[in-house]
Amino acid sequence: MQDRPTIQELLQSVSHLLDTELVPTLSGSHQFYARVAANVLRIVERELANEEEQLSAEWLRLDALLDTTERPTTRDALQQAIRKRTEELSERIRQGAADAGPYREQVLQHLKETIRDKLVVSNPKWIKRPEEETG
Amino acid sequence: MTNSPNIPNIPIDELARRLADFLKRSFSTAQEKTLQHVHVQELRLLTGGASRLTWSFDAVLEEPDGQTQTLALILRSDPPGGPQAVMERDLEYRVIAAAYDEGALVPQPYFLGDDSLGAPFFIMERIEGETIPRRLFREAAYDDARQIMPQQLGKILAKIHRIPVEKYPLADLLAPQQGRSAAEEEIARYEDKYHTMAREPHPTLELAFRWLRQHLPADSSRVLVHGDYRMGNIMFASDGVRSILDWELAHIGDPMEDLGWICVRSWRFGQDHLPVGGLGTRAAFQRAYEQAGDYPVDPERVRFWEIFGNLRWGVICLNMTQPFLDGQNQSVELAAIGRRAAETEWELLHLMEA
Repeated sequence: MQDRPTIQELLQSVSHLLDTELVPTLSGSHQFYARVAANVLRIVERELANEEEQLSAEWLRLDALLDTTERPTTRDALQQAIRKRTEELSERIRQGAADAGPYREQVLQHLKETIRDKLVVSNPKWIKRPEEETG
Repeated sequence: MTNSPNIPNIPIDELARRLADFLKRSFSTAQEKTLQHVHVQELRLLTGGASRLTWSFDAVLEEPDGQTQTLALILRSDPPGGPQAVMERDLEYRVIAAAYDEGALVPQPYFLGDDSLGAPFFIMERIEGETIPRRLFREAAYDDARQIMPQQLGKILAKIHRIPVEKYPLADLLAPQQGRSAAEEEIARYEDKYHTMAREPHPTLELAFRWLRQHLPADSSRVLVHGDYRMGNIMFASDGVRSILDWELAHIGDPMEDLGWICVRSWRFGQDHLPVGGLGTRAAFQRAYEQAGDYPVDPERVRFWEIFGNLRWGVICLNMTQPFLDGQNQSVELAAIGRRAAETEWELLHLMEA
């Protein structure tokens, strides 16, 4: 157990420096990269806040789509196992298992939730898809 | 002394001198007259992209009688050992030259380079304008431009698709292989790229490749496709479109490919309710395209290519982050883009089901 500031607080201190002191004083490509860097720190912050819950939910969804296996206990092992099972799911898709029918619906539902979880971390604003103007 | 980034071992004033010598020779040959001097001024690097370097400079041409003329020019060259040269420099030059000849609103090409800079290059006109979409959306100076650009973009694209490729030395352009439709060709190209490069499984992309193969449009007429016709590659000013840039992804294919690509959500830059580049409606853009080019727009086919476009941009995001993952390039921009594939996957999941 570390002393405060927490990881979140440390990250926020650097984001704050980038946003309020560096970005306004920089120009051109340096300003652009400082913005990108601040955004990367916010991604890290959101990932830390959501990771445990997202990994658990993804594991349970994969259980419903593939043969169930024992859930690894450490985070690293869980990530590796999710990757391996996602490879298995990709292989099933390539074989045509999700071309139609209830399995397709189930796969689509899983992927929508998985990609939503990725966007919650990488770019939450992207999740809402506005109506297009016509005419 | 500053080194010129990526043109190896050439300090910037040496680069300016070599450029001046090259221009003096080239102008003298082209105009069948001798220039007394050529001075290269204000040489500076505009963008050092992964696959191209773009330099801006002024050339002062001095004739023997002392008369001078100043030209605003661009130098396009390769970074040495760039990740993958998508198109040979001389082919890109020939594409731009053909588009210019046919009046398709591109910078005037001046000269294809020789070996005098140690890397392939060409020289073209420098057109003044802006390319950053968010400026176009926000600044009052572009109020009129925003109104007329959807129509202009439709009209210009129709003109590009009418370029008679066979009239020009463009046989080296990528084109569908024998027995493959334009759509099959593009799917195969990006599927190969995806499978050789992706390090993590992407089941959404796998689903999309299958969906596209199961929804192939009937084969179409084959035209010169720009390949990257979108906001960011379109130069504009307060009076609208000034120039179409970045021809290095041009190829022979289905004209509807370009119409789908410009609707990909990533090119709306936050103006998501306006499908054509964050600027206009599909109807306004497609009407202008039809009226100018006499090509009917098939909205179903455009939709197919928009879905393909999302898949293609997803694969490109994964590809762009590779040099970072390999440790060849520490750029935070290349790092961040690895997380952007999810945006295209979100679009794919919704568009496939629509």
